[in-house]
Amino acid sequence: MALQEQALPLPGLAPQASTSLRPDHLLVAEMVEPGSRVLDVGCGDGDLLQLLESRGIDGRGIELSREGVNHCVAKGLAVVQGDADTDLGNYPDDAFDYVILSQTLQATRQPKAVLENLLRIGHRAIVSFPNFGFWKMRLQLLIGGHMPRTENLPATWYDTPNIHFCTIKDFVQLCDEIHVKMERAVALDLYGRPVPLNLPWWVWNMFGEQGVFLLSRGGKGR
Amino acid sequence: MTKVQSIKSPSIQGEDRAHEADHPSSLVAKFGMDQPLKLDCGIDLAPFQIAYQTYGELNAERSNAILVCHALTGDQHVNNLHPVTGKPGWWETMVGPGRPLDTSRYFIICSNVLGGCMGSTGPASLNPATGKVWGLDFPIITIPDMVRAQAMLIDQLGIETLFAVVGGSMGGMQAVQWAAAYPERVFSTLAIACSTRHSAQNIAFHELGRQAVMADPDWRGGSYVDQGTHPHRGLAVARMAAHITYLSDAALHRKFGRRMQDRELPTFSFDADFQVESYLRYQGSSFVERFDANSYLYLTRAMDYFDIAADHNGVLAQAFRGVETRFCVVSFTSDWLFPTSEARALVHALNASSARVSFAEIETDKGHDAFLLDVPEFFDIARAFLHSAGKSRGLGDAGA
Repeated sequence: MALQEQALPLPGLAPQASTSLRPDHLLVAEMVEPGSRVLDVGCGDGDLLQLLESRGIDGRGIELSREGVNHCVAKGLAVVQGDADTDLGNYPDDAFDYVILSQTLQATRQPKAVLENLLRIGHRAIVSFPNFGFWKMRLQLLIGGHMPRTENLPATWYDTPNIHFCTIKDFVQLCDEIHVKMERAVALDLYGRPVPLNLPWWVWNMFGEQGVFLLSRGGKGR
Repeated sequence: MTKVQSIKSPSIQGEDRAHEADHPSSLVAKFGMDQPLKLDCGIDLAPFQIAYQTYGELNAERSNAILVCHALTGDQHVNNLHPVTGKPGWWETMVGPGRPLDTSRYFIICSNVLGGCMGSTGPASLNPATGKVWGLDFPIITIPDMVRAQAMLIDQLGIETLFAVVGGSMGGMQAVQWAAAYPERVFSTLAIACSTRHSAQNIAFHELGRQAVMADPDWRGGSYVDQGTHPHRGLAVARMAAHITYLSDAALHRKFGRRMQDRELPTFSFDADFQVESYLRYQGSSFVERFDANSYLYLTRAMDYFDIAADHNGVLAQAFRGVETRFCVVSFTSDWLFPTSEARALVHALNASSARVSFAEIETDKGHDAFLLDVPEFFDIARAFLHSAGKSRGLGDAGA
C-alpha cells in the first residue's frame, strides 16, 4: 500500500476557494484530463457533471432517482435513469476515458462488481466514498455504542441507503485483490482539505473523512 | 331470451372521413410524377400528397422547427378541432403556448403519415391511375417510407435542419428513424414510449386486429369503398383489442373496476353490463367514424416490419454511429406494449455509439396511453430537454 507516494498537486482546494462547489467535486474534476469523455455513475443533480462540462469535458451520467434525472435534463446534461448495480453491464468496454463513482460505492449492492465494471467501461476510474474509519465514526461506536451518524451521513442504521460502508484501508485492500492500480489517492478531512501527505498511512484512515482515488487497470498481481 | 347488443353502426356514414382522405381540412404538400417517393418495397410512388398542420411561426433562421410524428391512429390535427369528430386535437396537453412544445417558441409541424386516411396518400385515397380508391392496390409501406415522405415535406417547406423530431409510440419509431436516416437534419430527438423494433407480442396483437377487420364480410377483400360498405364491426373489434393494450390492469381497475353500467344487477345477458365493456364498445364505434379500415391494415403492417437493427447488420448501435443528434428517451412504468426494456435497448445502443442521450422512466399506472395524457413528470422532462437543446441551438428565451 504505497499511498504516501502519490503526488498531490491540489491548487485551490481549500474550502474558501469556492463557496458553492464541493471540495470533493473540485478534486475529482482536477483529476480528469481536459477533452476526455466521462461517465458519472450516480450523478445526482448533475453538479459534478456540470462542473466537468464547464471545463470542456464530454460528460454522461447515470442516476437512480427520477428527480435527479429531471434536474440533470433541465441542465442540458445527458443522463440516463439507471442503477449502478444492474446497468453498468450494458456499457461497452473502453467506452469512456474516466468513469466516476462519487459517494455512491457504499450504496451499491455489489461494490466489487461495480468497481470491476468501472474499469472495464473506462480506462480510468475515480472513486470517492465516506471513510468509515474516520475518528468520529470510531468514537461513536467505541464510546457511544451505536451506529455512527455524522453531518455528511445523517441517516439512521435502519433507513440508510448506505449498505456497504468501508474504510480507506478496506478499499485499498479490495483494489489490491482485484488488481486495480491506484494512480492517486487523497483523503479529505471533515472540511474537505486534503490530509497532509507526509503523515503516516494510519492517520489517513483515522482523519480522512472521505477518500478519493484515481484508479486504473493492472495493479498488483498482473 | 338472451339479448345481444352489437356494436353500434357509425353515426356518420363515412362521407366526412372519405372526403378528408383526398381533400383534407389542412395544408397539403403535393408531389408530382417528377418527385416519386422511393418505397422500401421497390415501388416508386407518384404522384402523392402529404397533409400537414403547422402551429407557431418559423423564425428567420429557420432553426426552430419541430416535427411531431403521430401514432398509429393519430393524424396531423395536433392542436385544433378534428374535422371529422369535432373533438380537440390529440396532443393539446403537449403542444401550445406555454406547453412543453411551446408554440410561442417553436414552429410545430405535424403531417399525416403516408398510408394514413386524413389527407396523406394511402389506401383510402383515389388512385389517379384508375380513378378508384387505392384499397389493397396501395403498395405496402414502412416506417422508413413514412419518414422519407416527411423529409420531402420538410424540403418543400425549405427547412434544412429540424430543431427536434418528437413522437410517441409509432411516432417515436419515426422520430428514431429520422435520427438514424437523416442525422445531420435532426438536432434533437424526443422518442416516447416506443422501440426500435416491433416485438413478437405486438405483431401478434396487430395480426389479431387485422384478422378482425378481414373477417368482417363488409371488408369485401379490401374493396369495400367500391362496394359501398365499410367493415366497421371488424375495425371496431380491432380497436377494442388494441385499446386494451394501450391501458393497464391498474388503470382499468381504477377507471372501471367491476362497476355496472347504468344498472344495479347483472342482466344475465351479453349486454354491456360492465362499465368497461360499455367503454370499449364506445371506443370501437367512435374510432370507425374517423378511420379507414384498410389504412389500419397498412399502418399496423408498417409497425410490424420496423426493425432498425435489421437494416444495420443486426447491430442497433451501428444505426447511430457518429450521430450528433441529442436524444431524450422516455418510457412509462405501466406500459406493457412498449415496456421500459425496449426503451433501455435503444438507450444502450445510443450509449454504445457515444450518442448524447438522456433517459427517464416515468412512474404512472396509465399504461402506454400515458404519453397522450396529463402526466406532469413527463411534461417536465420534455420541457427541460427541449429547453436545454434550444439553448444549445441558440434559440432565445423570448420567443422564436
